[in-house]
Amino acid sequence: MSTIFDLSGKGKSAFAAPQWDVKDYDPVPDALCDDGVDLIEVSEIDVVRHYTALSTMNIGVDTAMYPLGSCTMKYNPKINERTASLDGFAKIHPLCGDAMSQGALRLMYELNEYLCAITGMSAFTLSPAAGAHGELTGVMVVKKYFEHRGENRRVVLIPDSAHGTNPASVTMCGFEVREVPSTPDGDVDMRALRGMVNDNVAAMMLTSPNTLGLFDRNIHEIADVLHAGGALFYCDGANLNALLGVAMIADMGFDLMHINLHKTFSTPHGGGGPGSGPMGAAGKLARFLPAPLVAKKNETYILEYDRPDSIGRVHSFYGNFLMMVRAYTYIRMLGPDGIREAGENAVLNANYLRALLADEFNAPVKRICKHEFVINDSGMPNGVTTNDIAKRILDYGYHAPTVYFPLLIHGAMMIEPTETECRNTLERFAETLIRIKKEAAENPEMVKSAPHTTPVKRVDAVLAARKPVLQWEG
Amino acid sequence: MSSIPEELRYTKESEWIRMDDDFTGTCGITDHAQEMLTDIVFVELPDVGIEVAQGEQVAVVESVKAVSNVYAPVSGKIVEVNSALEDSPELLNSDPYGDGWIYKIEIKNKTELEGLLTAEQYGEHIASEG
Repeated sequence: MSTIFDLSGKGKSAFAAPQWDVKDYDPVPDALCDDGVDLIEVSEIDVVRHYTALSTMNIGVDTAMYPLGSCTMKYNPKINERTASLDGFAKIHPLCGDAMSQGALRLMYELNEYLCAITGMSAFTLSPAAGAHGELTGVMVVKKYFEHRGENRRVVLIPDSAHGTNPASVTMCGFEVREVPSTPDGDVDMRALRGMVNDNVAAMMLTSPNTLGLFDRNIHEIADVLHAGGALFYCDGANLNALLGVAMIADMGFDLMHINLHKTFSTPHGGGGPGSGPMGAAGKLARFLPAPLVAKKNETYILEYDRPDSIGRVHSFYGNFLMMVRAYTYIRMLGPDGIREAGENAVLNANYLRALLADEFNAPVKRICKHEFVINDSGMPNGVTTNDIAKRILDYGYHAPTVYFPLLIHGAMMIEPTETECRNTLERFAETLIRIKKEAAENPEMVKSAPHTTPVKRVDAVLAARKPVLQWEG
Repeated sequence: MSSIPEELRYTKESEWIRMDDDFTGTCGITDHAQEMLTDIVFVELPDVGIEVAQGEQVAVVESVKAVSNVYAPVSGKIVEVNSALEDSPELLNSDPYGDGWIYKIEIKNKTELEGLLTAEQYGEHIASEG
């Protein structure tokens, strides 16, 4: 397909500048002018057609099931877009002051209350712009907490099943990362953990449920070991969807957490974002949260800046506000019972799909899962790999699962259907995977050279990584 | 079956060391490691002159599949790095025990060598991991 640059042609632009009508004024001195910028010229209809055509090449949650594990690619309800485009929200200016922003502030205040009710935390900052930003904010709070206590702890523990962003956030804040091993059936290795906790350990970051889709059966014991050693317990809430309305993060012994509104609370991901990663703290840590937070005084909502122990600002203004509107809408539309049902159905769907695939695909950990599960490519005929399966799935119109993550499982495929999908869709998806396995036995070359029906065929990932071309060259 | 040269010493994390003389060893990742990682696209080399402790992260290799840390099999000082890997990371795939070496280390404590795996032990270790 041609690029927008290829479509450009002199004089094609539909834009006509108005006549110069300022009298007796010499516009810009010649010395300041050069030959002009080489901008593309394209007519409006060409622009519309070009980008519409591009959008049809994508696989998205609006076109088919999107089982990308650990990403919770649930449906984005259209009512979210309606509320987010209300004038009072969409056109509000961040500098117009508390008095003129009461509706927006109330929404932020109540969203904070809902997130607290769902997780058991004492308070959230809504400022972080994504999950990793929430993590960074959380680790900054950990740092501030120990500064306040006059302790200099250097180490943060991270299990080998963790998201790659965890060690990155920890390193960015100047801590050292130590990796905690997992047991073969997917829990934190308690013996190893006991041996690692000492007065140099500031915290442990754990994703709950973890990236194998499993709820750690020793969660209270982990919390006890950490707390006995004076360390904090941080929950990466990326997988919160599985626990919605069923179990509270604070009850598990976590002191801090972040939530990805773009996963659990149905706001758009990636290019449709921006994201939003509220970060919450339990009791003693809430005073370190970033300023400002929304507070309520005499039935009036205010932005509270007087927070002497705060780590300070982590985002310009107040975060990605329209994502808060979408998440608020989602929570209010479902209500407490609906929120719980979303969590239960997410877990039910994952287990149903896991069971449909159990006879044909190897599951390295065989346990009832939460919202997602991991299978791998051992037992695939003719040396067909996870990568080949992921490419072949595209031919059937599905997005691929998360592949080669978590790293501790060889050839991992991590599948998360979310509560969005109905039983028929899950069954069709399982049939597709089983059919691909059959194709791998009967026609391996076809699978190894997939995809065949997509606009872009199999790309040379090695060449792209070794010799990336990062700029359009006409 | 991946190659495991008899004369080298190994770690469970799939690094190898070859003693060039009494004090200097050449280090890299094993054939098994490069097979698992698949096509390697980037190598981050250590700075020459830094001191590392046994088990400390010393380099990073990135493949199309994953990013992996490379740990020092023994404590010592980095005396040379294979800068050819910067432009040709694929050497790690094509010749992991030869042109794909990563760095040379001046060893601090020779007794650490005795704790490393022999070729036979390393072979058993990777077999047990499946």
